[in-house]
Amino acid sequence: MISRAQTVLLILLVVASLTMAAVLFRMRERAHERLLAGQDSAPTQAPSVTAPEQATLMVANDDDNSLRGEVYSLPLPSDPGARARAVLGKLLDLYAAQDSNHPIAGGAASVAQVFLLAAQGGKAVSAGQNEPQLAVVNLKSSFVASHPSGLETESLTVLSICGTLHANLPRVTQVRFLVDGEVRPSLAGHADLTRTYLTSDAVPADLAHP
Amino acid sequence: MRWIECGGRLVTGAAAAVVLSTGINAQQPTAPAQPTVTAPQSRFVVVVDAAHGGDDTGGHLNDGQLEKSATLAMSVRLRSLLSARGIQVVTTRESDQSLTPDQRADIANRARAQACISLHAAETGSGTHLFASSLGSSSVAKFMPWKTAQSSFVTRSLALAGVLNSALTHGGTPVTLGRTALPGIDSMACPAVVVELAPARDADKKTTSEPDDLNYQAQIAATLAAAILEWRVEGHQP
Repeated sequence: MISRAQTVLLILLVVASLTMAAVLFRMRERAHERLLAGQDSAPTQAPSVTAPEQATLMVANDDDNSLRGEVYSLPLPSDPGARARAVLGKLLDLYAAQDSNHPIAGGAASVAQVFLLAAQGGKAVSAGQNEPQLAVVNLKSSFVASHPSGLETESLTVLSICGTLHANLPRVTQVRFLVDGEVRPSLAGHADLTRTYLTSDAVPADLAHP
Repeated sequence: MRWIECGGRLVTGAAAAVVLSTGINAQQPTAPAQPTVTAPQSRFVVVVDAAHGGDDTGGHLNDGQLEKSATLAMSVRLRSLLSARGIQVVTTRESDQSLTPDQRADIANRARAQACISLHAAETGSGTHLFASSLGSSSVAKFMPWKTAQSSFVTRSLALAGVLNSALTHGGTPVTLGRTALPGIDSMACPAVVVELAPARDADKKTTSEPDDLNYQAQIAATLAAAILEWRVEGHQP
């Protein structure tokens, strides 16, 4: 037999449930009305396009095993990581072009992310600090799989990425590479991807600070 | 950390300590005149390293051949030419076998060679690409870190690359020079140069010979052998 106290408790719980359901239903109706009224969804400001900036790309040439600084005008984000990815994307787009002297398929989509860390200790860098930075370039495996094999061509790819990063982000002094987030022994069988590269090895002094 | 013994190869007996100490610290007063016995000049060993092999196929050349096959063929050819000139040759592999970079360096270091040539082949570029280690130069020490043993030989490696470059250029082969990080080379305690054979191209960049073309390989191997002979004659070896 159910006691009187349990019966009262059950009735109270049923009443509370019904009340909460009514409140939630009313809140949903009000949210729906707000959406229909367009109070939150209407754009209040047109999207802005960043003004183009000068970017120096260290473009590789297989014919003479050289890196040549070329200046391009690009819309670059203000965030350093996104900026690094944008310049590398442009560099790899040049390599994917048909008339490239350093042909590699893939283009801008080959760079998944670029992380900027303090050069020593791996601590995330905040704005305003002037200490050297380590750039970790995360490449996509499709880019690595399509990269031509050879010591010269692989070395040029690595050095041109290092040089381009340093030319546009002078605080970047060291570069490491990942492929799909993991360390790989080499790019396409030759260039060592396990080591940390110094950008000073890739960029002439006069191109370091555009 | 793995270390490699480098000292004692230039001198023998008690003179070793004298020469090593003066090499490491030039401020030390030199010891009283003692005869330093240098290694016999007739001993001249060349290590020829055919890159890749076994499961490591290397790159795919334009005509479908594998890089490991082209480097092995080139290695055999170069070994024959050098042996015919009376030069002792040590090869890292004579068949399609897999070797780690450490094993290659181990073979080279045990040989105490005066020149180490690592052979590669590529489908990009043209002519021959010569590379020396990108390590900075350092003085010779009795024990050196395994991974940077080449740093004590970088100056001589660059000199060897210069001799090879000169010979190849005079032979009409386009040459590009560079420096790179390659684990096997960076651990070698000898003057070491990577020779990457690229296709021969005409003025319109059209390929005239692939790296596995036998005549092309014979031409390059003969030039390399002549350059190594010059390297020995000019007394660049330790």
